[in-house]
Amino acid sequence: MAALHFHNVTLGYDRHPAVHHLSGEVAPGALVAVIGPNGAGKSTLLRGIVGILKPLDGTIHLGGLDARDIAYLPQSAEIDRSFPISVFDFVGTGLWRATGLFGGIGKAAREKILGAIASVGLNGFENRPISTLSGGQMQRVLFARVLLQDAGLIVLDEPFNAVDSKTTADLLALVKRWHGEGRTVLAALHDMEMVRNHFTETLVLARGPVAWGPTAEVLTPENLIVAMRMCEAFDDSAAACAADDISSRAA
Amino acid sequence: MIYDALIGPFTEFEFMRRALAAVIALALAGAPIGVFLMLRRMSLVGDAMAHAILPGAAVGFLLSGLSLFAMTAGGLIAGFAVAILAGVVARSTGLKEDASLATFYLASLALGVTIVSIKGTNIDLLHVLFGNILAMDDQTLLVVAFNATVTLLVLAVIYRPLVIESVDPLFLRTVSRAGGPAHLAFLALVVINLVNGFQALGTLLAVGLMILPAGIARFWSRDLTKMICIAVVAAAVSGYAGLVLSFQTRVPSGPAIILVATMLYIVSVLFGRVGGIVRQLLPGRHLEA
Repeated sequence: MAALHFHNVTLGYDRHPAVHHLSGEVAPGALVAVIGPNGAGKSTLLRGIVGILKPLDGTIHLGGLDARDIAYLPQSAEIDRSFPISVFDFVGTGLWRATGLFGGIGKAAREKILGAIASVGLNGFENRPISTLSGGQMQRVLFARVLLQDAGLIVLDEPFNAVDSKTTADLLALVKRWHGEGRTVLAALHDMEMVRNHFTETLVLARGPVAWGPTAEVLTPENLIVAMRMCEAFDDSAAACAADDISSRAA
Repeated sequence: MIYDALIGPFTEFEFMRRALAAVIALALAGAPIGVFLMLRRMSLVGDAMAHAILPGAAVGFLLSGLSLFAMTAGGLIAGFAVAILAGVVARSTGLKEDASLATFYLASLALGVTIVSIKGTNIDLLHVLFGNILAMDDQTLLVVAFNATVTLLVLAVIYRPLVIESVDPLFLRTVSRAGGPAHLAFLALVVINLVNGFQALGTLLAVGLMILPAGIARFWSRDLTKMICIAVVAAAVSGYAGLVLSFQTRVPSGPAIILVATMLYIVSVLFGRVGGIVRQLLPGRHLEA
């Protein structure tokens, strides 16, 4: 498995950068936390990685990974919870890469789906419509789907928001299991304690990169203060970016 | 006596048999489409599309007289143009689909009315507006059956991405590029079934045989497959009962069919197993777990 490369990546909306001149590399199998205040560009960066947002500038190299080798768990999933679909069928969509349009769900695939549902502790929920699930149960279902996607790169956008401590512990155990299996995991997080205790590498983002490296070295009060000071509003009358100027400042 | 009322019309008159065949074909294809329209919160999109195809049908009518084939072709072209343009604009600009569709269907309607007022009379257009299922000839019936068959085949092909796109569009976008084509194919099916329906029910009521059965099904099941089956049955029953009603009472056939469906809908709203009003008022004692 190859590394994930960022070459001077700028991502944004309407020409306004939300992630500014990011360069760096994520080693295969790394467990990376992306932290920063609200509006720092964490979600934007993750959307750039999974390919639903094209960079305004620079390139993101997936190191030979196909788009389908990426499992993405968005922060506010646009899931229509009222749609009449069972937990089993919903989790089963994680097998899309194997089944595609017509592939049947055979006995082996059924076992896999049931296994994934069991791994997130939802035995007995298979036939429940997703509309009947609580927020935490839905998050478990989404993790089960990520599990089935069997992806080399797993991208989680604030996966533990509004989830109780028991569920967080269960789901965090899954994240560590993925790490143990050699998958690359990137997660946007807010819980510094969790980052310090469980994530080996950290990227502090505040539109531009503030610091990136081993968690113990990066997660310092100084870096966090720099990140907090970042101005949140877009400047409507901003001039076109003179790249050299900015990247020297970021460094 | 009952035989005379319920079965007699169909054994006696060929036009009633044709009408029944047509309405069953419409039910088989239109009701599943209606279920997806409803679940994707696009019920009124169907209605907008019905307006969008009217000008195309009118142009077809002006060019070659009262040929259902020409009107179908015209309606299909207008409907496809509007559906696809609206879909493309919504997907490439982030404008919401309903806003984008409203613009295009209004433009289409205005264009059509302009063409008609400049060139034609509007006497026979009543036929287009309200349809006449009792005037089905062989050719028309074949067109209806053909369109229904195509609909079911295409729906089978796009079923899986369509379902996933309805529940979690972002997920589908990250794993596959099938979402866009499936969505456009679905819009095309909506148009085909509207055109199909307007030969029987007219442009204004065509969408009724799609949306009403879907609304009925919604009150009886939480499962997509069952919903689709219930919707098909409800549409076919409405069609049959509407034809009988129309035959016995001289209520026009199109409105009769939709009125029967409306009756079923009201019964479902009141007594439906899933969220029906009576059931909500008298839920029974709460369960232990």
